[in-house]
Amino acid sequence: MRANEAHGRKSLLSKRFEDFCAVTTDSPRPPPRRTFSLALGGPQLKGLLWQILVVGIALAIIAFLWSNTVHNLSARRISTGFAFLGREAGMPIADSLLAYSPKDTYFWAFVVGVANTLRVAVIGIVLATILGTLIGISRLSANWLLSRLAAVYVEVLRDIPLLLQLLFWYVLMQALPAARAAWRPIEGVFLSNRGLILPSIPIGEGQLWVLGTALAGAVVFYVIRRALIAQQMLDGRPRPAWPFALGLIVALPALLSWQLGVRWTIAWPELRGFNFVGGLTLAPEYFALLIALVTYTSAFIAEIVRSGIQSVSRGQWDAANALGLRRSFMLRQIILPQALRVIVPPMTSQYLNLTKNSSLAVAIGYQDVVSIANTTLNQTGQAIEAIALIMAVFLTISLSISFFMNWYNARIALVER
Amino acid sequence: MTAITDVPRTVRRPQSGNRVLRWVRANLFSSIPNVIITLVLFAVLAKGVISFVQWGIANAVWLTPPNDSSACRAARGVGACWAVIPEKYRFILFGTYPFDEQWRPALAVLLFIALFYVSTRRAWWRRELVYVWIAALALISVLMWGGVFGLSFVSQDRWGGLPVTLILATFGLAFGFPLGILVALGRRSKLPAIRSLCVLYVELIRGVPLVSLLFMASVMFPLFMPGGFNIDKLLRAQIAIILFAGAYLAEVIRGGLQAVPRGQYEAADALGLSYWRKQRLIILPQAIRHVIPPLVNTFIAFFKDTSLVLIIGIFDLLTTAKTAIIDPAWQQFSVEVYIFIAAIYFAFCFAMSRYSRSLEAQTTGR
Repeated sequence: MRANEAHGRKSLLSKRFEDFCAVTTDSPRPPPRRTFSLALGGPQLKGLLWQILVVGIALAIIAFLWSNTVHNLSARRISTGFAFLGREAGMPIADSLLAYSPKDTYFWAFVVGVANTLRVAVIGIVLATILGTLIGISRLSANWLLSRLAAVYVEVLRDIPLLLQLLFWYVLMQALPAARAAWRPIEGVFLSNRGLILPSIPIGEGQLWVLGTALAGAVVFYVIRRALIAQQMLDGRPRPAWPFALGLIVALPALLSWQLGVRWTIAWPELRGFNFVGGLTLAPEYFALLIALVTYTSAFIAEIVRSGIQSVSRGQWDAANALGLRRSFMLRQIILPQALRVIVPPMTSQYLNLTKNSSLAVAIGYQDVVSIANTTLNQTGQAIEAIALIMAVFLTISLSISFFMNWYNARIALVER
Repeated sequence: MTAITDVPRTVRRPQSGNRVLRWVRANLFSSIPNVIITLVLFAVLAKGVISFVQWGIANAVWLTPPNDSSACRAARGVGACWAVIPEKYRFILFGTYPFDEQWRPALAVLLFIALFYVSTRRAWWRRELVYVWIAALALISVLMWGGVFGLSFVSQDRWGGLPVTLILATFGLAFGFPLGILVALGRRSKLPAIRSLCVLYVELIRGVPLVSLLFMASVMFPLFMPGGFNIDKLLRAQIAIILFAGAYLAEVIRGGLQAVPRGQYEAADALGLSYWRKQRLIILPQAIRHVIPPLVNTFIAFFKDTSLVLIIGIFDLLTTAKTAIIDPAWQQFSVEVYIFIAAIYFAFCFAMSRYSRSLEAQTTGR
């Protein structure tokens, strides 16, 4: 085969050589023989054949698996389809944001699972970003002890499997004292084998209105600030934005709160009998999962932040210093915008990883969507549907995060002339 | 010219104190915030180290008579019980592999380590390395399975511990790597059908957690196969890991392909090389060299991710460790066992990450 090829090439070369001679001797050039190459080795036809071959193999494999599956399902008398979602789930879910009872349907159990996944993923992403950034900056600190410790933190956490860390945290959590002898690191905070109990502020309808106003105020403030900066760009005069912030985000909601007579009370947790009443309880499973995800991911984020800051060239720091800029201004306006361009793309994949890793919850019994799908699968035998649902949920979350981060990345990208 | 020689040399301020003191002042106490940070960190560190030494060394129980954890239970809460490790290490490392034959998995582990070591030597990055890999993997299979050369046969549901972790990771790489190359080439191909198939595969696999792929392998795989045809659980997990590895490696390799300058493609075309010869002789060698550090990082990630097979009940290192402490006598000492296997995982991953960093330093240093 290869000999044939080589032979073909040789003859082609000699042909070209003849052509070359032909041109120099000024005789008419023979027409290029395109038809021949199209017939045997032409790029279009070859490409088409390759595609037909590969797609054909893929289709054959899928068809094979499909026919087996259909046959197996009918042999085992498992009905396909998502009808089971309407049936009563009957599984208990210990820890959920949404109201749930075992009498609810499988569909609702799935929704509760998705909410649990999102609860750990969203809070985990926020905390991991904060912790990771702090550690990444610490690694660059002039303080030798601090930078060494940060380096050790990163190295140790990155080189141990997340699942092992998760089991480790969970074991530690179970080894905590019972509720009666709970640790109280700060007044009102209890750490026991029932999890972490924090004081909370009960949120009712009135509180929601006030918070909503504050959020709307923040959006309006953002628009005003952009307009102010645009004006400053025109005439160079700085315009203070903070009065707007004070008015829109603090004063207006405060006024509303006073008008509506909303009361902001703090619910302090209290030990009654064997358990706590009041306050916000983070169950040990949730707390262990959150700690494991946050510490593990923060080690990766720290490295991303460090390399991002290091990617900003020395000259940028020197130039900013030479202009006599304040350090905070320099970091905010010169260094960070350049570092973010390097940081954001790998950060996106860390966020995706954290979300996907939250599925390890199944190992310690936190009921996220994977764990609930697994229980469903065991109860109903609807393996394909349950796994399809897991995949659909994670694909949706992954795609949303990528979309958001791509949008953000495009926003901060370098605009070149 | 003479003016230059006339310039007085910069006078250095005489430096007081010895070098250690100067270093301490520059690196720990250079400013007031630094002084505070140093003191606080030092206090925390000292407290942590002291309590760990007390727990882990001073008050620890190192050895107990076989199957007697009373000394450990007496020291519970005060000192560590390292005695659980000598008690259980054979099970943790090799699982339920027949006790008298455990030299075989031990030898397999050494072979794996030797294989990794050989693969890291630059001088060995040649075609022969592929044959070395094939030979080593074949030898490991013979050692583990047996059934020939007078070795008794051990079926793979008795395998466990460290060899299983290494097998899952290494075979995942050995098969995932060629798969990754094919998919990466497919994703950059000009043929729309092939490209979209590859994109679909990569994005589907990367979009879902490995746990769900493993579930799929353990629950759905039997449904996919013709009736009566059953594949062992370990092999099913291995297939899931290979498919997973292939998608991630494909993305790394694609990065390398993008880094090869256009001129190289054009030059290869100008030489009249066929597509496959162009890739094999010109493009891939350069592309892969570009991405060796991220490839090593991806391998570290797999190595850690193999521990997820715990969830579908395969006896890898983490699962054997978790099973070892089900024994009621030793149940309370899981922290010690977890630290032990964390040290094993750390040793492998740390060695690989140091190696990847040294490679990076070599390639960017040039």
